[in-house]
Amino acid sequence: MAGKKIRVLIAKPGLDGHDRGAKVICRALRDAGMEVIYTGLRRTPEEIVNASIQEDVDVIGLSILSGAHNVLFPKIMSLLKEKGADDIIVIAGGVIPEKDIPRMKKLGIAEIFLPGSSTQDIVRWIEENIPKNLPK
Amino acid sequence: MKRNESFPSDLKKSYEYWRKRKHAKALKESCPEIKDFTTISGKKIKELYTPLDLDGFDHLRELGLPGEYPYTRGIHPTMYRDRLWTMRQFSGFGTAEDTNKRYKYLLSQGQTGLSVAFHLPTLMGIDSDHPLAQGEIGKCGVAVDSLADMEILFDGIPLDKITTSMTINPPAAVLWAMYIAVAEKQGVSPKVISGTIQNDILKEYIAQKTFVFPPRHSMKLIVDTFEYGAKEVPRWNTISISGYHIREAGSTAVQELAFTLRDGIEYVEWALERGLRIDEFAPRLSFFFNAHNDFFEEIAKFRAARKIWAQVMKERFGAKKPRSWWLRFHTQTSGVSLMAQQPYNNVMRVTIQALAAVLGGTQSLHTNSLDETYALPSERAATIALRTQQIIAYESGVANCIDPLGGSYFLEKLTKEMEEEAKEYIRKIDDMAGMVKAIELGFPQREIADSAYWYQKAVEKKEKIVVGLNAFAMEHEPIPILQIDESVARQQLAQLRKVKKTRNNTQVKKKLLDLKRAAADEKNVMPFILNCVKGYATLGEIMDSLKEVYGEYQEPIAY
Repeated sequence: MAGKKIRVLIAKPGLDGHDRGAKVICRALRDAGMEVIYTGLRRTPEEIVNASIQEDVDVIGLSILSGAHNVLFPKIMSLLKEKGADDIIVIAGGVIPEKDIPRMKKLGIAEIFLPGSSTQDIVRWIEENIPKNLPK
Repeated sequence: MKRNESFPSDLKKSYEYWRKRKHAKALKESCPEIKDFTTISGKKIKELYTPLDLDGFDHLRELGLPGEYPYTRGIHPTMYRDRLWTMRQFSGFGTAEDTNKRYKYLLSQGQTGLSVAFHLPTLMGIDSDHPLAQGEIGKCGVAVDSLADMEILFDGIPLDKITTSMTINPPAAVLWAMYIAVAEKQGVSPKVISGTIQNDILKEYIAQKTFVFPPRHSMKLIVDTFEYGAKEVPRWNTISISGYHIREAGSTAVQELAFTLRDGIEYVEWALERGLRIDEFAPRLSFFFNAHNDFFEEIAKFRAARKIWAQVMKERFGAKKPRSWWLRFHTQTSGVSLMAQQPYNNVMRVTIQALAAVLGGTQSLHTNSLDETYALPSERAATIALRTQQIIAYESGVANCIDPLGGSYFLEKLTKEMEEEAKEYIRKIDDMAGMVKAIELGFPQREIADSAYWYQKAVEKKEKIVVGLNAFAMEHEPIPILQIDESVARQQLAQLRKVKKTRNNTQVKKKLLDLKRAAADEKNVMPFILNCVKGYATLGEIMDSLKEVYGEYQEPIAY
């Protein structure tokens, strides 16, 4: 099936500098044929949302290990809504306590990939959950 | 048993016969459960090592005796027979009060040195009231915004009787100044206090990524601390040249070894360029390595590190004092090797890793807690981690003699191979005109990203087995974890407001301006930072003054 490549933005919100996981995911998604934009470290919610809109991405992947997700994720989700970009699928990973997951999902985060997740599972999830053949 | 004589042709013949006819033949009919005989770094290991692997091995030249050049077997003639390694658990969370309590608890349980973990805003040189600090206050370490927090952090802890390591990089000079100021308030002279600041910016660009200023200015700041320390705080280790984070970011053991030592070489070169004399500052350079999963590879790595550094200091830099040749190091067991799945398994992982560090002759050790992948250590988990060290020290017998695995054919061969492979990398970086240049070219960062990706693929393909993750998995059992709630943020912000209200703000403004001028004039900024700190200028204010002179570093995007 010929089609546009899936575009994914991998973001590091907040002060957290642990980028091993984010970089591995970037490579895995690229190897799976997706177009990947990596924001680099210490991005604000505004920067992440603006970049996602500018780059016209299908998916945003948020990587955070610092515990600041409870403050940063709601900001990101509300900004996306404000800017009419809440059709972008948002997934997250890193160190996110299980008790916070229901709240994150209620905000609209589609899936959370906890430590030990395989890159293949993430690739598969994205491929299966992106609405196909949408005119852009 | 006779050693070190020319091998009887019997041994060579016997070994070949054994390998082809006995070992290989038996394997043909078997179905081994372990299919991969490489270290976690991907290094191939043979089925057996014999004296044949150490042909021509000169014990004194390759190893030396403990406390003798090239120190492969240990930097002191006594090692743990005189004094055990320092049990130094990295610790910090919430407010300074919270962490002060935990420090007192750990000291009461037998910890022998302190190690401070600061929260992300402090690590990045910003205050708790900075917009970027929202959601981060007290979460990854203790919140320290000013001298007032530092005073609470060490309240009731006599700084003439304890040594403290502080994991802090761009703002290291500032936190060090705060520590010096707290000690002075306790009546303890800077000439007496002892401890370490991590202060290793090169590995920040390579791996840990808490950088603020651009490389050249950061190096200048670091040499300022070497210079100040040599004169005013002689018992302080002004740098902890680190491989831990390089390894955590995904490097192999050889890359960890090589990049760390090459960083060390870079610091020495910059200090010499400033005009410092090698034997004045070299004795206060210290190191920090990872203790990862592969038991023997790690022990070999530590031994090779000592040997290479001794040679570098004596032969490359011409240092004359033996103290300048010693590689003194702290070790932390690998955080990234611990799993969220079946967290109690982590206790066993940490034990093996800690054992490797001890058999490798570490001066100081931190053992991770079983809840590493979930949160900062709970008190219970931190206690188990400390007990791990104590059981190794007092019950296992491994501290009874120095370098107990020395002489193992396997270990000596592995040590030699790691030495040679690391030197190869060091030569490569020399050819790139040094580490700052190599970082600008993205070389170590790419090597690490490649190794990290290779390892992830190996785990996903089950070429590397991780118990509980891709083998022997079971249903998840939650464990109690430490929670930092938002009341910490409220407390900290109130404290910060109080400090800003009650200090002499006119004085603070003046001190910050003096600092800015000194930085612009390329003076040694330590005395000016100390002055600001004592006036209760905040960390953020001090770092902002320096940012105005030095600028900020933006990392090129690459994966």
